[in-house]
Amino acid sequence: MQQDRGALKSRGMASLWEYANPKRFMQVSAVLLPWMAGLSALCLVVGLVWGFFFTPDDFRQGSTVKIIYLHVPSALMAINAWLMMLVTSLIWLIRRHHVSALAARAAAPVGLVMTVIALATGAIWGQPMWGTWWAWDPRLTSFLILGLFYLGYIALWEAVENADTAADLTSVLCLVGSVFAVLSRYAVLFWNQGLHQGASLSLDKEENVADVFYHPLLVSIAGFVLLFVALVLLRTRTEIRQRRLQALLNRERMA
Amino acid sequence: MLSAANLAISRGGVPVLSGLSFTLARGEALILRGPNGIGKTTLLRTLAGLQPPLAGQVAAGEDAVAYAGHADGVKPTLSVAENLAFWARVFGQDDIAPALAAFDLAGLESRAAQNLSAGQKRRLGLARMMVTGRPVWMFDEPTVSLDSASVALFAAAVRAHLAAGGAAVMATHIDLGLSEARVLELAPFRAGATAVPGGTDDRAYDGQGAGAARRGAFDGDDDAGAFL
Amino acid sequence: MIALLRRDLAIATRAGGGFGLGLAFFLVVVVLVPFGVGPETSVLTRIAPGVLWIGALLACLLSLDRMFALDYEDGSLDLLATAPIPLEGVVAVKALAHWLTTGLPLTLMAPLLAVLLNLPPQGFVWLVVSLALGTPALSVIGAFGAALTVGLRRGGLLLSLLVLPLYVPTLIFGAEAARRGAEGMEAGTPLALLTGISLGCAALMPFAAAAALRVNLR
Repeated sequence: MQQDRGALKSRGMASLWEYANPKRFMQVSAVLLPWMAGLSALCLVVGLVWGFFFTPDDFRQGSTVKIIYLHVPSALMAINAWLMMLVTSLIWLIRRHHVSALAARAAAPVGLVMTVIALATGAIWGQPMWGTWWAWDPRLTSFLILGLFYLGYIALWEAVENADTAADLTSVLCLVGSVFAVLSRYAVLFWNQGLHQGASLSLDKEENVADVFYHPLLVSIAGFVLLFVALVLLRTRTEIRQRRLQALLNRERMA
Repeated sequence: MLSAANLAISRGGVPVLSGLSFTLARGEALILRGPNGIGKTTLLRTLAGLQPPLAGQVAAGEDAVAYAGHADGVKPTLSVAENLAFWARVFGQDDIAPALAAFDLAGLESRAAQNLSAGQKRRLGLARMMVTGRPVWMFDEPTVSLDSASVALFAAAVRAHLAAGGAAVMATHIDLGLSEARVLELAPFRAGATAVPGGTDDRAYDGQGAGAARRGAFDGDDDAGAFL
Repeated sequence: MIALLRRDLAIATRAGGGFGLGLAFFLVVVVLVPFGVGPETSVLTRIAPGVLWIGALLACLLSLDRMFALDYEDGSLDLLATAPIPLEGVVAVKALAHWLTTGLPLTLMAPLLAVLLNLPPQGFVWLVVSLALGTPALSVIGAFGAALTVGLRRGGLLLSLLVLPLYVPTLIFGAEAARRGAEGMEAGTPLALLTGISLGCAALMPFAAAAALRVNLR
């Protein structure tokens, strides 16, 4: 949402909030969606092919290191999807823009899938490295908990019939859940120091992975970000159409 | 005491009533009439401040309204006196004797509410209003499962409340014999499918007509939920 | 507020109020554990603090869905929402009543069950203290979950799904304090963090829960 809104703003439109209007959103997203999807496919193909076939093996980890091109971007997006849901939930609670609430709803399953990919690739990577598919390592555990938060959030959306009620309740859950997700992160660190390597990406150049791995990783991350934006746009469009359908049915009932 | 101006309300996101205006003065009672599903309960809940109106305003004094819904709000394991005394204390009152007397519950004080008949339970539910000390009473179908003697008790209690400067709004089909009560027929206020901005208005977006809704959608803070 | 507390306590402790069910559940869970992991005392001693904490947490969860649902169904919540008490106060009082009727009895019962699991003697104090400091958080967080799901027909299951992930920090610090205490290590840090969580939750969660209740009452 942040990304596409930013993109829209650069086109010289008057107010950011115009795109919170469902009709306007549909118009603009119809134009944006193919571009986002195409760019994302391009970035993913370039990033993954480059990463898998044109980088050397790591001197310690061998070729297993190459799963980083799926693992890191998906983990990044798993967290960013929740952050986006937090922002859009706040926008819904404060300014009552329906598109914002629907975008949050649309992002949740995407975020959950990203979490699952991160966990699965982590397990596949962890097996040869640590000799076990699963370890109660703080990072893995935190992502598992994040996955549970996604599940609860999605389940609440599904359970509440009235759309506005559901949007309100899930937004409150998202806010509270965010606080508890951070709390859980620190609690888990306290609970087990873990064997996960440090952050793969950081501003401190010393700790970064080597450049040969780094550049394709950036492309791959860009691909995941674009993929996320495209999926969220697509799903938000579906949600809006669903609401239109519901509105039509309501109208028919009242006519 | 209570007034509504150009009120529009929705149930489950669908507008049900619109363009409703009335004022209720001291000593007045308003009876809401209309077919099932027209939005009597929703209107009462909106007036009681439990849900926001779609459009228009409700003006009620601070802490003026007490609302008794379909259900009695009676706890089965507590006695009659405990049930009433609880609501009295919640609303900062302490005397439950007048309420017991008015609804012919004297003598049943120590009986557990689960052992009351349906009509007695209903009377206990209505007696709650008397211990709230609130000037505006709202009832949703108050006479369900009451016999004619009990209906007369209820009417007398409401009449006494009006005489003491209170007011009442109720949704009911039964003639309570409250000659001073005004009847508000809700059928003429039924919301049209596309009448209310914030509902499911599509004219707001198809580029013609419904200028107000259009402005609301494009200039204001709110996209008004128009998805068509 | 006091009237509400007294009413909720009276309802909970009278016939059909469900008081004691949570305790019985706690007992059964703890009794079942040795059947699952074997009777070896060294194993039981090691896992006792964690098992007792998880048992208490699940027992707490058991009665959560009744916290607002009963008042919602019989219309009491409508009248409470228009009462001079703020809804945040209603939530806080109901969470307190829940704690007094589940968290506190569970805390008092835990040492008895700890005997069954061979908790070392020095662990008893820490177990009780950690539960006493941690179970209020469970009740308040649970109140939030109960407020979210109050209008739903099959809210109980969803409530567990929503609340259990929120219990993670409380469980970690609580069980960690009990474990360290049982092993004779310093348990002050997790206890302090646990207290912090309880206080923070008690201060902030009623607002979130009241917001959810207002939405559900619409």
